[in-house]
Amino acid sequence: MAKTLYDKLFDSHVVHEENGTALIYIDRHLVHEVTSPQAFEGLRLAGRKPWRISSIVATADHNTPTNGWDKGLAGIADPVARLQIETLSDNIREFGAKAYFPFMDARQGIVHVVGPEQGATLPGMTVVCGDSHTSTHGAFGALAHGIGTSEVEHVMATQCLVQKKSKTMQILVDGELGNGVTAKDVALAIIGKTGTAGGNGYAIEFAGSAIRSLSMEGRMTLCNMAIEAGARAGMIAVDDTTIDYVKGRPFSPKAEQWDAAVTYWRTLHSDAGAEFDAVVTLNAEDIQPQVTWGTSPEMVVAIDGRVPSLDLAKNEVQRGDWERAYAYMGLTPNTPISEINIDKVFIGSCTNSRIEDLRAAAAVAKGKHIAPNIKLALVVPGSGLVKAQAEQEGLDKIFIEAGFEWREPGCSMCLAMNADRLEPGERCASTSNRNFEGRQGQGGRTHLVSPEMAAAAAVAGHFVDVRQFV
Amino acid sequence: MNPFTKLDGLVAPLDRANVDTDAIIPKQFLKSIKRSGFGPNAFDEWRYLDHGEPGMDNSKRKINPDFVLNQSRYQGASILLTRENFGCGSSREHAPWALEDFGFKVIIASSFADIFFNNCFKNGMLPIVLSAEIVDTLFNQVTAVEGYKINVDLSAQTVTTPSGEVYKFEVDAFRRHCLLNGLDDIGLTMQQQDKIKVFEAKHKQAQPWLFA
Repeated sequence: MAKTLYDKLFDSHVVHEENGTALIYIDRHLVHEVTSPQAFEGLRLAGRKPWRISSIVATADHNTPTNGWDKGLAGIADPVARLQIETLSDNIREFGAKAYFPFMDARQGIVHVVGPEQGATLPGMTVVCGDSHTSTHGAFGALAHGIGTSEVEHVMATQCLVQKKSKTMQILVDGELGNGVTAKDVALAIIGKTGTAGGNGYAIEFAGSAIRSLSMEGRMTLCNMAIEAGARAGMIAVDDTTIDYVKGRPFSPKAEQWDAAVTYWRTLHSDAGAEFDAVVTLNAEDIQPQVTWGTSPEMVVAIDGRVPSLDLAKNEVQRGDWERAYAYMGLTPNTPISEINIDKVFIGSCTNSRIEDLRAAAAVAKGKHIAPNIKLALVVPGSGLVKAQAEQEGLDKIFIEAGFEWREPGCSMCLAMNADRLEPGERCASTSNRNFEGRQGQGGRTHLVSPEMAAAAAVAGHFVDVRQFV
Repeated sequence: MNPFTKLDGLVAPLDRANVDTDAIIPKQFLKSIKRSGFGPNAFDEWRYLDHGEPGMDNSKRKINPDFVLNQSRYQGASILLTRENFGCGSSREHAPWALEDFGFKVIIASSFADIFFNNCFKNGMLPIVLSAEIVDTLFNQVTAVEGYKINVDLSAQTVTTPSGEVYKFEVDAFRRHCLLNGLDDIGLTMQQQDKIKVFEAKHKQAQPWLFA
């Protein structure tokens, strides 16, 4: 029978199945400081050891500061944050890991940037992490999703996860993306269409010619936001782009195993005729650069659009949500998106902090300067290696000359656990993934955009169509 | 984990769709390395008028009188009634920890985000999915009647209102079994360790690069 990619990945990891509940084997466990301390403590209290240490790759990212690194750990002003980062180091020292990139290591960074960059994420793997954006790794033809801390402990203790098979959804994007239209815009356009609950209960496979033409960075951006569509897992079939990216990375299969691995990886696609429980289609040509206007990623319109009016709401519940969103965002219905002025810009996060993202933003910012009303424009590379690469290409100088701040890697203002945050009422063009109330700081107003659109907004001082800007 | 069997509880209505886990427990409280003590900061940004940080004495903070859970009629509620896609966003288990610590044992909504839904069961909490129509009915009743309590019976898979309407709900058989008996997932999985070892050996032979 023709199988979907999800079926292949799931079925090949089933250890045991009973009444529709399966125990699936986990190949890679990514660990960070925020969702792991209680799991390690649980192991300690029960006298358990990790089942397979070589599956664990850890780094500190959520809490780490993006400046003041010359002072080392002492530079982390918040003692609670510092303790959490130190606790991760203590736990890895006690329990072990295949690799650990601690705070300030040259390879430290956002766990979803570090994993792929190290070759620690491979096609065909099951990948978990105590972080919802683990869906990112599905870009490699892997089954990857976020888990809670109890499950982090469960995977450490047993190398398995208790799972029920999800329904499958295929999201087909055919055609050619226009200039200035990125994977981020595809992700936001999809969420605008399906809603943030549209993917609940599903594993999504992104397919179609527009998806195949995306780079690995673009595919990671797209799969990263599967969770914003409600799906725990997003994935894309393996092709030459995947294999070329994986080749030669530190943890990728070496000479003698490489060919066998590639032969297997080439089977990781949905078979012709495989059936999905749901299919959603979009035309790539119809997708414009997107900007969110509200407090949920589904509150999104194209750059030439306006804040929608209440008569467009589909029901009473949505009317209520939109009214609260107008008030929180300080926006009135029918305001053209291009007339919204911004205070801050954030280029970074596990969605958009890879080298390609920084190149795209730098290309827009080059030779220009941020507008006088921009109080702060941050560029936070996804990892130490991305930062080094960008500096080698001179991107840091382009950003600095344009008035941006060039920071150290980490999650930073995506969730504002460290000192990088919005003040109440501040409005931000952000390349991150969530525009929830308070996400980037209490009272902060987030508009999600692509790196190109964020850089253009920084220069203009308000949202602007990057296609007319360049 | 504590077993969950039945609950007769006061219901509090949170009339919003897409309540995300950032709203349930804001990020600054995730710096804790403990599993408990998140209740006083559940819905922190909606519940208080000032900005909350870990270590503050919450009893001295300014309460937002407009936030529904601050109303006196809902004090002591153990059942949260809310709208679709509750718990979306981050995978933080701190969200169910905070709700549980606040006093909620049951959450009723027309749908839940997958990770949050799963996390509830790991903490002895029962998320119940009822149709949007039934949820609407319950919202009308809870706001009309002060001291509105409902009965939740996991064994029978029913929600019973004060006027005697009985609504059946679905729950996965395995999760129901674990919740009714307070079973620890890890202990159960460890009973399969021979199977895990057999699988692992075969998996390693087929894809040795995964074990490098």
